[in-house]
Amino acid sequence: MSLSISELEERANEVRQHIINMLAEAGSGHPGGSLSCADIVTTLYFNIMRHRPEEPKWPDRDRFVLSKGHAVPTVYACLAMSGYFPVSELKTIRKMGSRLQGHPDMNMTPGLEMSTGSLGMGLSVSVGMALAGKIDKLPYRVFVVLGDGEIQEGQNWEAAMSAAHYRLDNLCAFLDYNKLQIDGRVEDIMGIEPLIDKWKAFGWHTLEIDGHNIGQIIKAAEEAKETKGKPTMIIAHTIKGKGVSFMEGVVGFHGVAPSKEEAEKALAELA
Amino acid sequence: MPEMVATRDAYGKALLKLGEINPKVVVLDADVSSSTRTANFAAKFPERFFNMGIAEANMIGAAAGLATCGKIPFASSFAIFASARCFEQIRNCVCWPRLNVKIVPSHAGISVGEDGASHQAVEDISIMRMLPNMTVIVPADGLETEQAILTAAEYDGPMYIRLGRAKFPLVSPPDYKFSIGKSYTIREGSDATCIAAGLMVFEALSAAEKLQEQGINLRVINMSTIKPIDKEAILKAAEETGAIVTAEEHTIIGGLGSAVAEVLVEEKPVPMKRIGMPDRFGLSGPPRKLLEKFNMSDADIARAVLEVMGRKKL
Repeated sequence: MSLSISELEERANEVRQHIINMLAEAGSGHPGGSLSCADIVTTLYFNIMRHRPEEPKWPDRDRFVLSKGHAVPTVYACLAMSGYFPVSELKTIRKMGSRLQGHPDMNMTPGLEMSTGSLGMGLSVSVGMALAGKIDKLPYRVFVVLGDGEIQEGQNWEAAMSAAHYRLDNLCAFLDYNKLQIDGRVEDIMGIEPLIDKWKAFGWHTLEIDGHNIGQIIKAAEEAKETKGKPTMIIAHTIKGKGVSFMEGVVGFHGVAPSKEEAEKALAELA
Repeated sequence: MPEMVATRDAYGKALLKLGEINPKVVVLDADVSSSTRTANFAAKFPERFFNMGIAEANMIGAAAGLATCGKIPFASSFAIFASARCFEQIRNCVCWPRLNVKIVPSHAGISVGEDGASHQAVEDISIMRMLPNMTVIVPADGLETEQAILTAAEYDGPMYIRLGRAKFPLVSPPDYKFSIGKSYTIREGSDATCIAAGLMVFEALSAAEKLQEQGINLRVINMSTIKPIDKEAILKAAEETGAIVTAEEHTIIGGLGSAVAEVLVEEKPVPMKRIGMPDRFGLSGPPRKLLEKFNMSDADIARAVLEVMGRKKL
């Protein structure tokens, strides 16, 4: 059952509504970076990845790691909409006793492959998952979403070296390049350009896409799958807060939840 | 003189056995495989060995990823890098998700010797012990190391197994059986107890012989599992011998001495003294001379025993 691009766009819009509802309900969290990667994560869960919500530990399933763990509302929405747990549970996010922690906890949320939240570590974990797939000659692929500010952490570059060294062509990374981090514009805080050149120099196959264009996301993942002998980095240009006019490109919405009024306004825009 | 074996050598041999019997075992190293002895495994099972280069943080993350896929990764480097440099990776990627990663560093303690302070990990027990879900093992000799490594592969959860570079005498009896969380009373005694770990167990036994000449019977306990600590044995020793000295090749802040003190203070306070690295960095020198320099030799343990015995309430 393959969804058309317009159906996927509808799903992504639904994911965005869940994000707003979750964060407004929680009163805290990270809307900007959750919205910026919504199209990528939605396309992964509903088109690209092979996974079985009814059999979460299926050995051949594709693995997903959200290295920028603060964007977990996006993943929770996709997991719930896939059937890993009831959609009604989304509103418990960040509350005492909830299975939906503020950052991803693999032992609490059905369907999560790894606990993350501390930036700079997800790519290394993905390398380990990809190595395991190579040892066992399993067909699964490993997908990881990194933040742009996150790659200021040096461990990413250790991981980048090792992924190329071990020729991990079963590893595909998306860099959610929304150009903003907590303290301001990435280029002002600690410049990361030239990005494409860096990943190329580290031995990766690199691609540059519009991270809100679902057709481009699908095509890039297909190209990654066909690329042999090296991992693929997809630099996805995105807009922080994408889909909600008053959040788009606004640094302040990195880690501040919308108020009830702001949420209503946002939901009206997304309806 | 008993046989001299470095715990890292016993590790190298144990890994070869594990490689044969357990296909899930994989090994990672950070460019020191010839020193940690993981090179033996690398030569025999190249498809299950990954040299991650001089990048320990990434090694721990990759080990975590392998563990999520059902592998049993053993990750090795020198203790200073495998613990301190990777502390947060171990916290967030191994201990929090309780992944089945075995961190087995070599070159712990001041017995690293001539390489000096930068390479002498004397803080690792302390920082690993504080992590929830972590089990911390400090084998006393080669025999115990081999058993601890084989046991580790059967246990599901994070472990830190601290090994050394120097050759030290075997202290365990041939029929010794290691078990996680169980100490081993290696010598009975009634006047005081020395609770030791690692190569300090040998020093403690040597101190016990010296004291015997003075008519003092020192109990010696090999506390190879630092966490979870064998509370029962500590309380029994406090009850029966009334005075305790701890001995570790590690800073006296936060390690074995602190773990024992935590038990005693809350449940049965008795006179106690910690032998270990004072609050300072090490120096270059031969292991034996360094132990003497930092008051960690058998003679220092014997002196400490006399001191705590003198503080017993009559």
